[in-house]
Amino acid sequence: MHPVRKQRLIMVLFIVIFASVAVGLMAYALRENINLFYPPSKIAAGEAPVDTRIRAGGCVLPGKVQRASDSLDVNFLITDGAATVAVHYTGILPDLFAEGEAVVVNGKLNGDGVFMATEVLAKHDETYTPPEVAEAMQNAGEHQKTCEGMSYGS
Amino acid sequence: MVPEYGHYALILAFCLAVVLSVVPLWGAHTGNRNMMATGRSLSVGMFAFVAISFACLVYSFLQDDFSVAYIANQSNSLLPVQYKVSAVWGGHEGSLLLWVLILAGWTLSVALFSKQMPLDMVARVLSVMGMIAVGFCAFVLFTSNPFDRLLPNAPADGSDLNPLLQDPGLIIHPPMLYMGYVGFSVVFAFAIAALLSGRLDSAWSRWSRPWTTIAWVFLTLGIALGSWWAYYELGWGGWWFWDPVENASFLPWLVGTALIHSLAVTEKRGVFKSWTLLLAIFAFSLSLLGTFLVRSGVLTSVHAFAADPERGVFILGFLAVVVGGSLTLYALKAPSVKSAASFEWISRESFLLANNVLLVVAAGTILLGTLYPLIADALNWGKISVGPPYFNFFFTPLMALVAVLMGVAALVNWKRSNLSTLWKWLKTPIAMSLILGGILPLFIGEEYSFSAALAIALGSWIILSMVTDVFYRLRNSKGFVKAFTKLPLSYKGMLIAHIGVAFTLLGASLNTIYSDHRDLRMAPGERLEQGGYEYLFKELVELRGPNYLASRGIIEVYQDGKQVDVLHPEKRRYFSGGNLMTEAGINAGFWRDLYVALGEPLDNGAWAVRIHYKPFVRWIWLGAILMGLGGLLAVLDKRYRQKVTQKRASKVALESASTTRAPSAS
Repeated sequence: MHPVRKQRLIMVLFIVIFASVAVGLMAYALRENINLFYPPSKIAAGEAPVDTRIRAGGCVLPGKVQRASDSLDVNFLITDGAATVAVHYTGILPDLFAEGEAVVVNGKLNGDGVFMATEVLAKHDETYTPPEVAEAMQNAGEHQKTCEGMSYGS
Repeated sequence: MVPEYGHYALILAFCLAVVLSVVPLWGAHTGNRNMMATGRSLSVGMFAFVAISFACLVYSFLQDDFSVAYIANQSNSLLPVQYKVSAVWGGHEGSLLLWVLILAGWTLSVALFSKQMPLDMVARVLSVMGMIAVGFCAFVLFTSNPFDRLLPNAPADGSDLNPLLQDPGLIIHPPMLYMGYVGFSVVFAFAIAALLSGRLDSAWSRWSRPWTTIAWVFLTLGIALGSWWAYYELGWGGWWFWDPVENASFLPWLVGTALIHSLAVTEKRGVFKSWTLLLAIFAFSLSLLGTFLVRSGVLTSVHAFAADPERGVFILGFLAVVVGGSLTLYALKAPSVKSAASFEWISRESFLLANNVLLVVAAGTILLGTLYPLIADALNWGKISVGPPYFNFFFTPLMALVAVLMGVAALVNWKRSNLSTLWKWLKTPIAMSLILGGILPLFIGEEYSFSAALAIALGSWIILSMVTDVFYRLRNSKGFVKAFTKLPLSYKGMLIAHIGVAFTLLGASLNTIYSDHRDLRMAPGERLEQGGYEYLFKELVELRGPNYLASRGIIEVYQDGKQVDVLHPEKRRYFSGGNLMTEAGINAGFWRDLYVALGEPLDNGAWAVRIHYKPFVRWIWLGAILMGLGGLLAVLDKRYRQKVTQKRASKVALESASTTRAPSAS
């Protein structure tokens, strides 16, 4: 074979092999690192896996945010209008975390159905609701897009 | 009336853009010099009208004209003047107008600084930029007009700029980033022009190189500014979150970095031509994709704005036209672009090719991770998010490989090199970096960290190999300092930029490994020891800013009984909207930052306080500044500014420069 062609062939082979290794690794890494989103109603119905990293979101139920008096532990409830889920978190909540506002939490569900959050994300803009949360609200049969139009019951 | 003038000026600019995108191109196609020559004046006109339009919007912001819907949403009469100006690009509509302004600015610069280029090339480049301008002007005019009025019921006051954006860093971060994003449109236009004309020689690369490099400099600094802002403003003490929007700015950067290296090969050796074109298309397409991701609100992100879907669809359509159109053109024309020269395995060409492959693969993995939630959503696999571990899993080893190759690549000759010469020169830096990597972690931190050893070895390897390369270049010269000053600016730029990469690499990895933070309750009067420093929460005072009330903590920091600094972390409540904001108190230093942020008030006057010890964090941005400086030096190299008559002389000089390197090759 012509040396230039041979060089090109080797180069192309190298790139193809390298790229396929990369794609394989990507598929593997994605499987390990994706966090599925579950709305509170699905978690309450027991559809969410226990002890797996997942993501949940909803509106923070007003009057149900409890801070411990001697540590940074905090417990609150999130709802999508159909069901509520208890969330436990240790640490500092983001600035725009507030009662009656949308949050997304990352973490694991423990055996008692409490969501042990390792990360709490609040919205960063007054008019912004995370798309997952907005959709979860609609799925729950409540036709509103933000937490403001929400009726929290008691 | 001023907003209407602005709107009208933008419509005129749109019309000029339409003419610009057609007439010079048609002239280049038919060989009509008059039509080609219109490109320059049309570019000037387009810039002038966009500038007038932008100035009208700024003026209306300064006048607090809340009858304009966009201003009522973004500004407030209490807002300090500098933030009234930066509020212009604080929201969707205005930031797009800024996009258009910067695009018009780049078009103008191409029109002004292209005297040495053949007229047909200039005409094609300007026309392609005109087409992009048509798309974006139409986007602003039809879906996101910043001049829309709220009449007759204009509000008395505006609802204020998002407090996160009321910060000096955010005044310049978006314009810098956009300068970079949009700057890639120039090399994109060059690539399309080359495909249209079928002409791609080393002159083409020499014209497009400085434009690409300068866009890359802006993008580098823009990303660094964003990271710095996130560090001190978000109050988490993190500087990179693999947030979709951060990724959106990082993707064009990675591809742009590959592009400037591949352009170097195309200019010097005339190979990788079609690859360079492809990278140019991708760099700009990823910039557009970034704009789409930020502006459409399809992803959960710090930067996501409440957006209506119509806008997202428009950008997606535009993206499809640009990517589809340019790739079709590429497929039709690229086979005619031939690379003539050949090279061997141990040559700078193959090292730069490896660099390109690694950077593009890194960009590919990040692109997949960023878009995966969208793909999964579209295919009904559920709502998912991809976490930072995914990105770190790929990015870290790939960049380690890039770092290893980087040190060799500078020293390898074009075309071919032999291993024994390389080994003779490189064994010292290899040994020294391994020793440094092995020893230095003993002195930092309590436990010996192998990843720190690896990071230090890689970082010092880059720096030492660059120093070695200087010695290698000057091995036959007398008088080291004098000979060094005579080396071309672009070479010095390369050295500085690569050393910058080493700093960023060291800063990022050592900071990740050795950072330490604690969240805890602190009441006034309480003391706390952390990372060898003692923090005393002295008191909490209330104070009033121009448009907010703040609780300011006064925290004294002691080391070995001596006071180091007094930190003033703040919690601000903004009057309009009642938003809360954290301002961190930072004691910055070359080796470490001390970082204190107030969380939330707890009972009995105690506060949740977050205290960070952040070693080497400044190195990350120092590295980015060095990269930017390196790029700037490379652009200032005089060979880009030579007149046509001097071309011959410079060619001789270049050849003699390459022959001084040649002996080791044989």
